[in-house]
Amino acid sequence: MLNYIIRRLLYALPILLGVNIITFALFFVVNTPDQMARVHLGDKHVTEEAIQNWKEQRGYHKPLFINSDSDSPLTDTIFFDKSIRLLAFDFGKSDEGRSIGADIQERMWPSLAVQLPTFIIGVSLNILLALIIVMFRATTFDIAAVTLCVVMLSISGVFYIIGGQYLFAKVWSLVPISGYLPGPDGLKFLILPIIIGVIGGIGAGTRLYRTVFLEEATRDYIRTARAKGVSEFNVLLKHLLPNGMIPILTSVVVVIPSLFIGSLLMESFFGIPGLGSYTLDAIQAQDFAIVRSMVFLGSVLYIIGLLLTDISYTFVDPRVRLS
Amino acid sequence: MIKPVLLWSDVLIFLLVAALSLFVLQLRNNPQAKKRWATVFHSKVGLSSFIVILFYVAIALLDSLHFREALPAVDTEAGNETATAEQVIAYDNQVKSVLDLVLADVEKNHEKTYSAPFAIYSFSKENITLDDGSVIRDYPRLQQAGSHLQDEDELLADIIARSADAIAMGLLIAVVIIGLHWLVSRNKTSQIPWKAAYWTIALICIVTSWLLELGSVYHIFGTDKVGQDVLVQSVKAVRTGVLIGTLATLLTLPIAIILGISAGYFKGWVDDVVQYTYITLSSIPGILLIAASVLLIDVYIETHADEFNLTAIRADFKFLALCAILGLTSWTGLCRLLRAETLKISQLDYVQAAHAFGVSHSRVIGKHILPNVTHIILIALVLDFSGFVLAEAVLSYIGVGVDASMSSWGNMINAARSELSRDPVVWWSVSSAFVFMFNLVLAANLFSDQVRNAFDPRLASSTSEPAHADQGDK
Repeated sequence: MLNYIIRRLLYALPILLGVNIITFALFFVVNTPDQMARVHLGDKHVTEEAIQNWKEQRGYHKPLFINSDSDSPLTDTIFFDKSIRLLAFDFGKSDEGRSIGADIQERMWPSLAVQLPTFIIGVSLNILLALIIVMFRATTFDIAAVTLCVVMLSISGVFYIIGGQYLFAKVWSLVPISGYLPGPDGLKFLILPIIIGVIGGIGAGTRLYRTVFLEEATRDYIRTARAKGVSEFNVLLKHLLPNGMIPILTSVVVVIPSLFIGSLLMESFFGIPGLGSYTLDAIQAQDFAIVRSMVFLGSVLYIIGLLLTDISYTFVDPRVRLS
Repeated sequence: MIKPVLLWSDVLIFLLVAALSLFVLQLRNNPQAKKRWATVFHSKVGLSSFIVILFYVAIALLDSLHFREALPAVDTEAGNETATAEQVIAYDNQVKSVLDLVLADVEKNHEKTYSAPFAIYSFSKENITLDDGSVIRDYPRLQQAGSHLQDEDELLADIIARSADAIAMGLLIAVVIIGLHWLVSRNKTSQIPWKAAYWTIALICIVTSWLLELGSVYHIFGTDKVGQDVLVQSVKAVRTGVLIGTLATLLTLPIAIILGISAGYFKGWVDDVVQYTYITLSSIPGILLIAASVLLIDVYIETHADEFNLTAIRADFKFLALCAILGLTSWTGLCRLLRAETLKISQLDYVQAAHAFGVSHSRVIGKHILPNVTHIILIALVLDFSGFVLAEAVLSYIGVGVDASMSSWGNMINAARSELSRDPVVWWSVSSAFVFMFNLVLAANLFSDQVRNAFDPRLASSTSEPAHADQGDK
């Protein structure tokens, strides 16, 4: 097992390197640091000196790949400074001069505070709803419920947020519109984003899980259970649910590490100081250093998610052995 | 005098329609595909949603015929100069489309600022000078909306009367269309549920006629901050939504098909390279990759400002770049599916037999592999479409979507951020965007469901089986 994990992590290295090369190409080769400086300094009539100054402060004055003037021609370059260092989680400083690593550590907790409950409640609720629909399969209720799911997943997430904020916070004044406080006092700020996140996910989730359960419902063991005279309720709860959970759980494991990243939309609407709003602010302020770091962090978490998926298979299905 | 303007996205959308028509013609030779498409159109939902999608596409096509109007000749003071000026016709800097002509009645009604749907008074108070010279602060009458009314009490009666007119007109058009079709096809027996189609067409006709009729005297969805009619904006945004969905989807196809099939077919190092590429690309969070790429396009446009002198051209370039980025970042899912399916198919006996006969690789792929993976491609095609339409709204909200000068649902939602925090709330702009977007996405989702049911062999068995089992129970 340990061997397997180590080997998988080693496999991840070339992928992360590839991610780095893509982002590097996007950020430094397509647009030269000169152009970035011009956009940042805003004015069209900036002096050459100001540009040089801006680049030097942020370390963009070095050559891209090979620095022939320096003692260490390969490490004293933009590529090494800005990309290779990411592999060691050394995020460096943002274009504003703040330490990105410290910012990330501080901001991942608010993101997690919203995302984790949303994820857990969302998945459980969707499984429950899907099971209820499967109980009434091939009836009018089934058709109506599936149609409702399609309707719900046709609504953009933005509208759920806008509508939810308007109803819950403005009209009924149940919760504050936006804001965040750490600790238990902040609960009132978290309730609405969590509810909206869960409702927004019902359409797609329930429809997917219904298909999974239906597929499972055609298996022989279900037919055997029914033939034995097991009640329909028990068939669903004791036979269908545990077996249907396997494909569902293994498919949701991949997103767990990414919960740290937070949601761009949710956090910007609700003023939650998490990584999502951090990224959004960086995008809007054109702070390329932060966007680059977040791209890298996102990839790392996704790859960890893939690894967790494979490991989770061994827990739920003893036939799978990792080697 | 008009001068046609050909934007790149216009060219692409017409090429697209041509390609799709060709595809449909091609279909006639393939009995199996024909049968499957028949099941899609034999379902009421499939047919109705298809008609709705067609209607949206028609709006988008109308809005893709661009031209610039000639400005009225300017009378120059010196007589001798007119001789030379006559040869040079100045064109309006604003690029218009055929859709603008259809909407001309609605579009001309400009107000000063926000106004609520069907309002005849402005949203904000102004200083009004009365006849006797005194100044009071009150809500002024709107300049255009309901200007034909003498008294505000007539408003409701007028709306009802005009609605009745418009609905009657819409019904008449619908009856003519349906009647013509019925006359042509009454003697043929067909499994197509024409009744559902008739209802959909009638509904579309009535709604369109109602919107156009009442839109010409009122603001059905209100006006925005600068007094533009929200209905016009929502309709103009149809082109953006439809185009982004189709163009981005179509860009993903060639990449995914070529890479996916060659990985599954040639295996070996080709497979390794393709797998590495798509794992790497898909491990980058999609929205961040898109945001990063769009930021770079912005930088490019800013540093090459002189090449993008016309607003429409700049917006169009940015729009195409956005489609390309969306396409380039989302081919991985389809590629993975195609690779797996090709791996499976190339093991089958008839493919092995083809190899034994010395059939060339390109022929094996073209004759044996490609036709057997079309269902996967088709399902992905229709599924992705609605995803891209939704993505546009989110991207524009984040600030990395289409150009701010282009009307799009995302930009309207983006504006809602400040509108919703006003008191009283300006809710109509975002609601209008919601209605138009929801209809398109819902139609696309329902249609894709039908296509999936018809083409996915696995799904077909899993949905029919449980019904079977139930009958067994009883």
